[in-house]
Amino acid sequence: MAYVIQGETGDWELVIGLEVHAQVTSNSKLFSGAATNFGAEPNTQVSLVDAAMPGMLPVINEKCVEQAVRTGLGLKAQINLTSVFARKNYFYADLPQGYQISQFEFPIVGEGEVILDMPDGSTRTVGIERLHLEQDAGKSLHDQHPSKSFIDLNRAGVCLMEIVSKPDMRSPEEAAAYVTKLRSILRYLGSCDGNMAEGSMRADANVSVRKAGEPYRTRAEIKNVNSIRFLQQAIEYEARRQIDVYEEGGTVVQETRLWDSVKGETRSMRSKEMAHDYRYFPDPDLLPLKLTQGYVDGIKATLPELPDEKKDRFIKDYGLSTYDAGVLVAEQANADFFEAVAKGRDPKLACNWVMGDFAAAQNKQGRSIDNPVVSAASLGGLVDLIADNTISGRIAKEVFELMVETGKAPAAIVEEKGLKQVTDTGAIEAAIDAVLAANPDKVADYKGGKDKLFGFFVGQVMKNTGGKANPALVNDILKAKLA
Amino acid sequence: MSLDKDTVRTIANLARLEVRDDELDHLAGELSNIMTFVEQLAEVNTDGVQPMTSVADLALPQRADIVTDGNCRDKILANAPEQQDGFFLVPKVVE
Amino acid sequence: MTKLINLTMADARKALAAKDFTAVELVDAHIAQAEKARPLNAFVTETFDLAREQAKASDARIAKGDAGAMEGLPIGMKDLFCTEGVRTTASSKILSNFVPPYESTVSANLKRAGAVTIGKTALDEFAMGSSNMTSAFGNVENPWKRKSDPSVKLVPGGSSGGSASAIASHSVMAATGTDTGGSIRQPASFCGIVGIKPTYGRCSRWGVVAFASSLDQAGPMTRSVRDAAIMLGAMAGHDPKDSTSAPMPVPNFEAALTGDIRGLKVGIPKEYRPDGLSAEIQALWDNGIAMLKDAGATPVEISLPHTKYALATYYIIAPAECSSNLARYDGLRYGVRVEGKTLDEMYAKSRAAGFGKEVRRRILVGTYVLSAGYYDAYYAKAQKVRRLIADDFAKAFQTVDVILTPTAPSAAFGMGETDDNPVTMWLNDVFTIPTSMAGLPGLSLPGGLSADGLPLGLQLIGRPFDEETVLRVADVMEKAVGFNALPAFVEA
Repeated sequence: MAYVIQGETGDWELVIGLEVHAQVTSNSKLFSGAATNFGAEPNTQVSLVDAAMPGMLPVINEKCVEQAVRTGLGLKAQINLTSVFARKNYFYADLPQGYQISQFEFPIVGEGEVILDMPDGSTRTVGIERLHLEQDAGKSLHDQHPSKSFIDLNRAGVCLMEIVSKPDMRSPEEAAAYVTKLRSILRYLGSCDGNMAEGSMRADANVSVRKAGEPYRTRAEIKNVNSIRFLQQAIEYEARRQIDVYEEGGTVVQETRLWDSVKGETRSMRSKEMAHDYRYFPDPDLLPLKLTQGYVDGIKATLPELPDEKKDRFIKDYGLSTYDAGVLVAEQANADFFEAVAKGRDPKLACNWVMGDFAAAQNKQGRSIDNPVVSAASLGGLVDLIADNTISGRIAKEVFELMVETGKAPAAIVEEKGLKQVTDTGAIEAAIDAVLAANPDKVADYKGGKDKLFGFFVGQVMKNTGGKANPALVNDILKAKLA
Repeated sequence: MSLDKDTVRTIANLARLEVRDDELDHLAGELSNIMTFVEQLAEVNTDGVQPMTSVADLALPQRADIVTDGNCRDKILANAPEQQDGFFLVPKVVE
Repeated sequence: MTKLINLTMADARKALAAKDFTAVELVDAHIAQAEKARPLNAFVTETFDLAREQAKASDARIAKGDAGAMEGLPIGMKDLFCTEGVRTTASSKILSNFVPPYESTVSANLKRAGAVTIGKTALDEFAMGSSNMTSAFGNVENPWKRKSDPSVKLVPGGSSGGSASAIASHSVMAATGTDTGGSIRQPASFCGIVGIKPTYGRCSRWGVVAFASSLDQAGPMTRSVRDAAIMLGAMAGHDPKDSTSAPMPVPNFEAALTGDIRGLKVGIPKEYRPDGLSAEIQALWDNGIAMLKDAGATPVEISLPHTKYALATYYIIAPAECSSNLARYDGLRYGVRVEGKTLDEMYAKSRAAGFGKEVRRRILVGTYVLSAGYYDAYYAKAQKVRRLIADDFAKAFQTVDVILTPTAPSAAFGMGETDDNPVTMWLNDVFTIPTSMAGLPGLSLPGGLSADGLPLGLQLIGRPFDEETVLRVADVMEKAVGFNALPAFVEA
């Protein structure tokens, strides 16, 4: 069912294209040997080249080239064996050279695609237009002084991949799913850490609206969105704004707008209203980048199993649901953790535990998967104890809590606390007899039709056996005795 | 190609060069003269000719991904017209 | 014995090794001459104290037997090369207070070879010019004078006018220059000295203030071909910090001076003989051809059909690249800043105050030809014509080994003799620009004197990375020419 926004004059469709800037994971910058770490003291990770001192020249970082190719392959995209660096000329305080070294006519990566996993389980394919390498700019701080801006060039020259999608998205949810999936792929590849809060991944949205069947109308670009949640909000707001403009008889202007997350609105960037003529031309300090097919194939051979493939495999080999598989593969480390627990065990049981109690405990303690509340081996051990009937599912929950608390192994805890399941039918019978004998009036009520009391009896039997009675057996025997 | 004052003003703006109003006419004349001179290239047949960006017939050299530079803030700020707390200072930019 | 300031580098080197005098004495003699030559205004910044220290260190190394190829020899450093701790201005107001915290690769190479720097020589601002009349620090004067009227101040040529003047006045033995469209060769011609623009990529551009990246090349300016060979050897070499630097080993250029050019084919391009070429220059050229013939080479008429378009091509490409290269001069991180109420105002005022007229003109032309709608008609077109020019040379070099042309269309002109039309000034480079467009090595050496007693240069152009053949032919020609005239200044 297509996403539409209801306006006064009818239903409107949304057309969205996204430009994602992803900071490439590398030790040094794209064209200089300065470091790329986040959060360093101002201007301490700046080389003479980054500061655009007179006579300075760029030399390209081989790792950045590799990461771009790796990413292109991960997006099932065409790798262009010849690409050219071009200068994008404009003036700004955070752009020391007065131009950004980017790629224009001949980017390193061409068309590809990303498959979106929608919340309802369906998938959608979004086309990638291109991916190119470019320098990041420095940072300006405008709030440190009443009349001055402070410029820090640490980020100037850091390698970015600009990933441009085709305008294939039709709803804010699709945009969110796209960024989510793209981020996941980049993290799997190790080409970008996808940390939007720190700015290592930024998304600009090109948004336009139209009535069904129309060609594309004018689009506006929204910048300054640093979370997926804000991206959705910004797109929703902007779509409504444009619809209002049209329905009031106006026209939408092609412009850049800033997302204001405090006010929840997009604002025109008046200062950048002046037409930008970037005067792109091939950078004469750099020769064309020529790759061999052998080089590309070499990188292809080192690609990890990517989310889509891993998800398909989890569904096929482990019999997981589309939803569960999707959740598990979103982060590679989570998927690896699950597989370690599931290895040689019932995958569905493993999945329930990883996605259930384990995930809850992780969230509660604010843990990340590289610092889990219990190890995969340990959790696997717990699953084993359930599988061979040593403990019931209910007891396992208790054991799990103790595992988290004490860090002890599940088998040890079961032994220590004497939590072994009672499966001896004789003992269970005895317990049931005791409960029924102690509650004759309730027995009469049950036999008289109050079926709900069955649960009461089960509860009492559990209490009587310290929770250790095998629930299935309790059920069967109690049923028989109350018949 | 004749350039008018407005074009000169636009180009000067793109190049962030302040040009006085009383200079515009003279500059427009000069630049028009120059453009007329270089326009002779239009008579050269360049069908099928590859543009030459560099005379250097080399592969683009690539360097290893190690940190070999930076951590020299003193050098970076040494010639700064205005600086404070390790930052360059400029007139405030309103975004 | 020849006065210390009249020696070539080759002879001085021998004398230093033989302990005929010390490096300190040699440098002191040149400092004294430089002080005498101050009216010529060849230096932006004098570094006399530094030079004396360097000379002392050279003497110590010579004593130990550790002499480098240029040990103790006093040179000038074009003020386009960033020199650590020494002001580097590009002869521009905008960098008038800039002290680089780094050393360019070429000047570092010369330091390592033991050269002693007397001072930073003046140039046309940002290397844009053919007369050295656009320096923010005042015109540079050519030490040569017309016989007919010695009161007229003559230009030394440009952009490396300061270097040329300093060498011709014997204030230094040699100097670095840079050549983008002729800025080493044309001033060499005007000042009666030798200058070579090597193949593009032979010398590193790292630390050289950039003008037009695809054309700029550093090169030596000297008083003899042998000295040029020595200095080029010290300057050249692959630099991993420059992506356009050629990974070629540096040959022993001096060893190329065998004196034997028998069997060599010398191309004489018919397009360099346009209508209006002065009879004097024609005669100079014919004389040069005859000399090479006498030495056993064979002149061959060749055609470089796209020659006449080279100037227009250059004046699209060079301004385009410079408009982008000079964007970094914005008063933010270094250089002169003029305050503004806003960032853009600061930029516009700083750059207007800091750049001279010729620089501003070229930035505007460059910005225009790259702007939306014009890129294909101008820049892209020029890049294609450039390839045709380069192809012309490549084709010619299938049948010849070296090409001989005049260097400049005239002798040095008077400072007051230029008109307002920038294009007129640009025509000075009509013989040197094509070589730059093709990235080939080009050398100028004195071919004779004009009727009015001024030096006239001849240019030799070679195959890519074949400076050796160019130097070999130049060496033979130099001996044949026997140019021993001195400017009035030196005789005085």
